[in-house]
Amino acid sequence: MSNGLALLSIFVLSVFIGFEVVSKVSTTLHTPLMSGANAIHGIILIGAITVTDRATNNLQLGLGVAAIVLATINMVGGFVVTDRMLEMFKGKPRVKKEVEVAGGETK
Amino acid sequence: MNQNLYDLLGLGVAVCFIMALKGLSSPKSARRGNLIGAAGAFAATDLVFFAPGATHNHKWWILAAIAVGVLVGVPAARKIQMTQMPQMVALFNGVGGGAAALVAIVEYLKLGSTASTAEVLATVFTVIIGCVSFSGSIVTFLKLQEIMTTRPVVFPGGRFVIAGTLVGVLGTAEWVVHSLGNTSLTVMAVLSLLFGVLFVLPVGGADVPIVISLLNAFTGLSVAASGYVLQATLLIVAGTLVGASGTILTRLMAAAMGRSLFGTLFGAFTAKPQAAVEGGEVRSVKSGSPDDVAILLNYAQRVVIVPGFGLAVAQAQHTVRELADLLNSKGVDVAYGIHPVAGRMPGHMNVLLAEANVPYEQLVEMDEINPTFPQTDVVLVVGANDVVNPAAKTTHGCPIYGMPILDVASAGNVIFLKRSMRPGFAGIENELLYDPKTTLLFGDAKDSLTKVVSALKAL
Repeated sequence: MSNGLALLSIFVLSVFIGFEVVSKVSTTLHTPLMSGANAIHGIILIGAITVTDRATNNLQLGLGVAAIVLATINMVGGFVVTDRMLEMFKGKPRVKKEVEVAGGETK
Repeated sequence: MNQNLYDLLGLGVAVCFIMALKGLSSPKSARRGNLIGAAGAFAATDLVFFAPGATHNHKWWILAAIAVGVLVGVPAARKIQMTQMPQMVALFNGVGGGAAALVAIVEYLKLGSTASTAEVLATVFTVIIGCVSFSGSIVTFLKLQEIMTTRPVVFPGGRFVIAGTLVGVLGTAEWVVHSLGNTSLTVMAVLSLLFGVLFVLPVGGADVPIVISLLNAFTGLSVAASGYVLQATLLIVAGTLVGASGTILTRLMAAAMGRSLFGTLFGAFTAKPQAAVEGGEVRSVKSGSPDDVAILLNYAQRVVIVPGFGLAVAQAQHTVRELADLLNSKGVDVAYGIHPVAGRMPGHMNVLLAEANVPYEQLVEMDEINPTFPQTDVVLVVGANDVVNPAAKTTHGCPIYGMPILDVASAGNVIFLKRSMRPGFAGIENELLYDPKTTLLFGDAKDSLTKVVSALKAL
């Protein structure tokens, strides 16, 4: 099997795994699913690192570094935000009162 | 590190990602799943430095760039309020798409004449989809953050401009594949960015859940395609998983709105302008005081709370919980009726209510709660409108016709907490507001709820 065909096979099988796994996600967790999936595509970071590592001129280096910054924001931010969300879904609610002083947008 | 070991470890990371998504099948295992995913991503990032053939020429640049990304991403993710989650997700999605496009561009610059057609096509595909996802997500972010209008932005001949841009993108793609030049690539990237902006502009606030899911799928696919270019199986698997999740959510959201994906994206151009939104005859509505509402609630046996985007805007999730607890302690049965597209992203209301520690067993989906409305004494609609608008069933040709709604009209009493008589995002009058069994309580949802809570305590 050629390399291209092997990659294509991986892609096709992943489609089925993806649909299988995601269709079991409970409706309650659709927002964390979205942000978790978001974090997962932050793995483009390793692609960004790879191309930057092989950069042969400044243009390639510059674009690669920009890609790394964006991908890192995506990945790290995505996992942190998903964790924050899922923390709230964990177990039975305690009597803990979260007093949130509402800052930011109040429009 | 030898190639086989490296690939084997990459496979392990892919399994971590699958576990992360699998964990989301139940709220109990979800957090652990996410941590497994994060651990996998962290391991993969370390591993790539030991990849076979790594040059380490630009090690410091790479580490510095990662540090910058962490310094930007972590505080942003920590500080964001749950009510602003949709725009955060849109933004993270956008930067991911942008990163994928940049990676493909760098790879393109290195492609020699030896590159196979498949590689070139995958590169071009990544650049296009990555750019569309980037600019589209940024516009979505601007809309959600209310930096720009949340209403559909339409202009004369908009459909033709969008179609023209798409043809332009595909035309230049053809040019790129043949010429392998830098000019053609730049033109294509710019046109793709423009297309992303144009295709999100006409989408109204209420349709944002669909667009957000779709852009998520786009970014996933562009990452998968870049995996093909870089011969990195991990990227293919991860990108495809995200593509699948985005596709499923898009389909669910479109079904929940009772219309096709195409209709959502281009509906604004075909819909007749809603002239009667502002004017029209003045009809009487029954507006009540917080005390009236408290009395209604106090003597109810079963109350269903229907939250909408207004709950998020007013940050009223904690006050709603307080009210529900108070009612519970008075022996009133309380449930929340969650419409799939309430809010600005799939599952938005669930997250907000979870933040306020509402037990997720109390959150009831539309199909399950609808049959219970006839046995419900009071429905409390907090900042929702279109998802309870009977026009979706009765008025042929209105923009939300055919959308499944929460059947609150069959309950004994309906209380609307609204800021004004302004219609919802779809811009349609809600007949239910004029129904004799409806009581309106005007004002900011949080203020109103606070007043109702104190009135209830005084009873």
